[in-house]
Amino acid sequence: MAAVRTSTEVAMNRVAIAAVLVITLIFLAPIYWIASTAFKPRNLSTTIPPTVVFTPEVSPFVKLFTKRSQMRQQPTPEEYEAAPWWERIVFDGGEKVVRDGKGQVQWSPYPNRFMNSLIVAITSTVLAVGMGTFTAYGFSRFKMKGEGDLLFFILSTRMLPPVVVAIPMFLMYRAVGLNDTHWGLIILYTAFNLSFSVWLMKGFIDEIPKEYEEAALVDGYTRMQAFFKVVLPEAATGIAATAVFCFITAWNEYAFALIMTNRRAQTAPPFIPSQVGSGLPDWTVIAAGTFLFLLPVAIFTFLLRNHLLRGMSFGAIRK
Amino acid sequence: MTRLDPQSRAAARGMSDLSIRNLFIIPTILFLIVFNIFPLLYSLGYSFTDFRASTNAPANFVGLQNYRELLNDPFIWNNFAITAKYVIVSVVGQVLVGFGVAMLLNRDIPFKGLLTTLLLLPMMLSMAVVGLFWKLLYDPSFGIINYALGLGRFEWLSNPDMALYAVALTDIWMWSPFVMLLSLAGLSAVPKHLYEAAAIDRAGPLYTFFRITLPLVAPILMIAIIFRTMEAFKTFDLAYILTSQPTTEVISIRLYKMAFQEWQTGRSCALAYIVLIMVLAITNIYVKYLNKVKER
Repeated sequence: MAAVRTSTEVAMNRVAIAAVLVITLIFLAPIYWIASTAFKPRNLSTTIPPTVVFTPEVSPFVKLFTKRSQMRQQPTPEEYEAAPWWERIVFDGGEKVVRDGKGQVQWSPYPNRFMNSLIVAITSTVLAVGMGTFTAYGFSRFKMKGEGDLLFFILSTRMLPPVVVAIPMFLMYRAVGLNDTHWGLIILYTAFNLSFSVWLMKGFIDEIPKEYEEAALVDGYTRMQAFFKVVLPEAATGIAATAVFCFITAWNEYAFALIMTNRRAQTAPPFIPSQVGSGLPDWTVIAAGTFLFLLPVAIFTFLLRNHLLRGMSFGAIRK
Repeated sequence: MTRLDPQSRAAARGMSDLSIRNLFIIPTILFLIVFNIFPLLYSLGYSFTDFRASTNAPANFVGLQNYRELLNDPFIWNNFAITAKYVIVSVVGQVLVGFGVAMLLNRDIPFKGLLTTLLLLPMMLSMAVVGLFWKLLYDPSFGIINYALGLGRFEWLSNPDMALYAVALTDIWMWSPFVMLLSLAGLSAVPKHLYEAAAIDRAGPLYTFFRITLPLVAPILMIAIIFRTMEAFKTFDLAYILTSQPTTEVISIRLYKMAFQEWQTGRSCALAYIVLIMVLAITNIYVKYLNKVKER
């Protein structure tokens, strides 16, 4: 239809655009607030009225990564002069960096928890997407009795409430010594993501025309060679999207990590909230930890933007 | 010379299709059975005992006692009632906000793609960490919510009457984008000529909405509603981190406390089964809808 528009339609459109802009700002305000708190000096983090304009600092990040203790007396000017820039920031806050007997700077638990999150999320993603791609190909290309029921079974494992699964898994892990280990979490996250990866990958592989492999089979490839040399390259985008979704799910997971880990293998989601103990928490440090933790997910969301619909609907809605 | 079809010729060279199919599918099925189904059978066994994982005392078989006691326990029913209230408030909120924003976005808007992606950001974040930073936003003395709304020192999370709504509000913020995403897909699939025909017939906006838009978006909207209902029913992270009010003790939190703080392992396994049956019932409806939409 030609773009003949009445003046009311144009006005309505303007109102809608303004409304969308306002709503977007409201939705982003909480994220902006935690991100900006990560760069605030401590004394401006909990002011009334809230501080919006300030000079950004990196002090929250210095404090996030170091182990600190209260100082009884001011550092001598020589000490202060000799200290590197990041140690001076800690001195300015009335604290000092804790060192071990050999003078090595002690780290806070944060980098360790962050690494645990990376190890667990990456390993479980590789396993879930790897197994899921094979299985999705099997379901996509070969006929089978009870295929629908098997796919329902696979999906239903994803829907189980984490706490329900965690009770028996906790007892079993305790019996075999997998409590508080990376592998304990990796297995749980792989199982959790596997069903998702099968469903999503099946959708992507269904879209690759069967004729491609059949042509390869005619050319003398075996079915295996056709899978690796024809199907996998065609499915690369789908594999990447599925992997990012699995990574985000494992990265964000809280309940299993809370129950199954406490120190050695603890990931960031149970650790970050545990910093808010009694007393007055330093929100700038918590915000800095939150900011670094959320950053990869925010970047991935932009990379995934064209696949979000498909991923969130388990591949059912493709547009 | 007989011409073989490509499949059987390839099969003659390498593995047969049947063995490839089994090789590709069976490991996944086995993995899920070992790490999902077997543990559930294990806990089914414990649900008939008085086992406590904190002691070395052997488990005694008590039959259906755990189930009987749980189903007659008014406190457990209260936990279910809290969960139901939470599900209704947060899902209704998400549908109103999510569908509303989708209606606004479903037109020519500059930077529509960028705005949509930005709006989708909350649902990708970790619920635990979202719960943590909403604590900062809800703080009665320096939180920006009270400041922005001019509420003074209004208590959100430590007020027993308000806490559940505060948790639901955070959930609405996080998951309205999900409803919006699915609604946008439904709205963009409505054929334009239907609106043109309605315009020629001089149909009013309300009539167009209820007779054209809503019926055509309904199947996808149903998927969003069922999925969010299921997730809200299972909710744990947000409520657990935001508050510790008895009025926000949804069923997952009760289950967690029973299993890992009170160490009533046998009883918690029975409760887990009651919850599990409810979740599977919702999952079943969900998958039916997924397949229905897929077939279109």
